[in-house]
Amino acid sequence: MGFKATARESGNITLVDISGQITLGEGSAKLRELLRDLLAKGNSRIVLNLGDVSYIDSSGIGELVSGFNSVRNRGGELKLLNLTKKVHDVMLITKLYTVFDIHSDENTAVRSFS
Amino acid sequence: MTPQTSRIDITLDTALDSVSLAEEMSLRVASAAGFGDEECHRIGMSVREGVINAFHYGNSERRDKKIRLAFELTPEKMVIHVLDEGEGFNLADVPDPLAEENLLKMSGRGIFLMRAFMDEFEVARGRQGGAEVIMAKRFPHPRTASPEVATAKRRATRKEK
Repeated sequence: MGFKATARESGNITLVDISGQITLGEGSAKLRELLRDLLAKGNSRIVLNLGDVSYIDSSGIGELVSGFNSVRNRGGELKLLNLTKKVHDVMLITKLYTVFDIHSDENTAVRSFS
Repeated sequence: MTPQTSRIDITLDTALDSVSLAEEMSLRVASAAGFGDEECHRIGMSVREGVINAFHYGNSERRDKKIRLAFELTPEKMVIHVLDEGEGFNLADVPDPLAEENLLKMSGRGIFLMRAFMDEFEVARGRQGGAEVIMAKRFPHPRTASPEVATAKRRATRKEK
């Protein structure tokens, strides 16, 4: 299943609905481009909705971490929304659950920006 | 290899497509061997990570090098071998991705995921060089016959109940 991403705005927050797989190759590369484009446009308050992401591997996790660092270096915040069980498990065992701000409700995620 | 052990050997190109291909094959073998969905997912992801390592770090993405993948089914477990043609590495030298200073690094989680998802994991030096990842997932109940017979026996047992 390919990677798809659709961005929308909520106030000054960018929400990106992602579906498919974030794995080595197409998925990781498209996520990298997406975050690069958002930052280039000046959007640095970002929520990635991963509710339809069926699978993530170490390459995809690396891309999320890289995006987190890039956004933070611009003074912004990258948050995650609606993790599926497979993504949740990987985030948990890699201890990245302690790094990312993760939400299960969109309104709460939007309101959580400082 | 004992008479009760069956083995499948596959040679893969050092190519991106080999990663998903290897994972797909491992899922089929694991499912046919009787593992449940969750265990199949863990086996598949471990094979994916093993082949990513061989593709990227071991063979440096060089098309002239090969990745050798093997599945062994014993009565107790499914053993997976992933052998590359690189320079090999020591497991002790691999940084801990959970260490505070490594948490925000982009790479270095593949081996950790394989260790977390499989029951046994080691890295050996291949006979002709390269690194050989050997990992295993134990069956919840030791197998006494072929996967097909074991599945038929489980069905019969359920009916009796």
